[in-house]
Amino acid sequence: MDRLRGQVIVAGTASGAVLYATQPLSFWGGYDAASGRITDTHHPLAGETAAGMALVLPATRGSSTTTAVLLEAIRRETAPAALITRGVDAFLALACVVGQEMYGRSPVLVCVGEDEFRSLAEWPGLEVEEGALTRRER
Amino acid sequence: MSGGSDTVRLSPFDRALLAGEEGEAPKLAMRILARMAEVRGAESMLDIEAAHIDSTIYVGDAGLEFAERLAGLGARVRVPSTLNVSGLDEFHWQEWSVPPEWAEKSARQMRAYDSMGTIPTWTCAPYQGRQTPRFGQQIAWGESNAVAFANSVIGARTERYPDLLDICCAITGRAPAVGLHLDENRLATRVLRLRDVPEELAAADDFYPVLGHLLGPFAEDDPVAITGLPVIPEEDQLKALGAAAASSGAVALFHIPGVTPEAPTLADAFGGREPAAILDVGLPELRAARRELTTHAEGALDMVVLGSPHFSFAEFGKLAALLRERGPERALPDEGGCELVVTTSRAVRDLAERAGLLEPLHTFGGRLMVDTCVLATPMTPGTTRRLMTNSAKYAWYSPGLLGSAVAFGSLAECVESARRGRVVREPGPWD
Repeated sequence: MDRLRGQVIVAGTASGAVLYATQPLSFWGGYDAASGRITDTHHPLAGETAAGMALVLPATRGSSTTTAVLLEAIRRETAPAALITRGVDAFLALACVVGQEMYGRSPVLVCVGEDEFRSLAEWPGLEVEEGALTRRER
Repeated sequence: MSGGSDTVRLSPFDRALLAGEEGEAPKLAMRILARMAEVRGAESMLDIEAAHIDSTIYVGDAGLEFAERLAGLGARVRVPSTLNVSGLDEFHWQEWSVPPEWAEKSARQMRAYDSMGTIPTWTCAPYQGRQTPRFGQQIAWGESNAVAFANSVIGARTERYPDLLDICCAITGRAPAVGLHLDENRLATRVLRLRDVPEELAAADDFYPVLGHLLGPFAEDDPVAITGLPVIPEEDQLKALGAAAASSGAVALFHIPGVTPEAPTLADAFGGREPAAILDVGLPELRAARRELTTHAEGALDMVVLGSPHFSFAEFGKLAALLRERGPERALPDEGGCELVVTTSRAVRDLAERAGLLEPLHTFGGRLMVDTCVLATPMTPGTTRRLMTNSAKYAWYSPGLLGSAVAFGSLAECVESARRGRVVREPGPWD
């Protein structure tokens, strides 16, 4: 599958290398807003820089502060360019909505179904426009 | 956004707020809430009776700018609203390694939320104070451990409210009618069955963080029932269970038949349906989970830290008894010993002080921190690399937030380790 569709939560156009994990991530204690790096030592993407990338996660987990950390990353422009989740993640959605209110910008946020989510594991990069995701080389 | 906001049925009051009839702050708050209601697929909004505001934690300028934007628009909360920890022990931060710029900004964020008519509890355990919600109440709570406790142990109704949204609910008195606010979503769909857990182990204080640590990844964010517990847990044990499960997973509601209020029986917990997933847990799985909480198995310690969630009055009683029993002899920090730090709320500290429960801690040379915790403020110097704690939440987050290695242990092991400045294990029900 080189093209698939998801549900647009926050519209926009973005492209980037795919960072993919099947484990949920807490941004509090898991995402460094200063550098855009993933710092959760329990997470397989620990050490990766997600700023400007297409971050593909099933969902967030744990802390309520995830939204404040993502909003801070949006302010500092260290947020991912696109966030793709399996089903709606209200924490990421909120940070994006408030990012638009406060700073007039936000990552593109799209949620996809189970099968689409799995197929993204094989994509080196992607481009997203509205709800359409297209496979790209990095 | 997908769709239009006409998919959510807004009340005349909601529309009045959106139109700015109650002022600019409720207008902004309702605009965010209405978009989130749409994202969640809510059909309508509902009234809430109380809020707990996690947005108080300072993690950077964005959260501060949001708070000051609302405060600058004259925001006032419409329902009693308690405040979670801040990024600062307001009156004692100079005693720690908190950079002045961080302190100044955290204090500004505290003042912004103070100015909205909130209740300055500054605690992540608001359910152990005078503002505890009641069974069946609709509330909008942030702070993952508090959400788990309010839903599970009290039977109040709240979604997991993220930072920035909790305050929007408080300012409007409204919340999207979705998720755990609704009866049908509160039934358990998964069951964790404890197998042959000895009563002595199930009574131990370090059993519940371990159980919660296992529960999180299994439950994901579904309501889950726990069976096979041979004892009735204490309040602080349920608190530790929820905090652990809301760290390793996104648990917002658990049922223990015969213990928690919405599950007199297992059948009640499931509403007559069959569980969608079953996990059997015995001693081997529990021991493995306990080991997983420790990344610093032995050797010297820089700090023993207790109180996540914030230490309760009852926990101070247990700590005082242990410190008295073991005696004040210890290795001092400058002779190879380590620090002992307890994080709690102002209210509980004052009560514990008046009850004489802090005296053994003072004699020992232990330190108290209120309003915040070691995870929410840069109080510990960069040289604090090896921690020990009885909290699964501290154990879970410390490596990512503080870059430290952690030993998890019982309260007694933490006290003994603090005395000797190194990780001490004691024989007990895990053996």
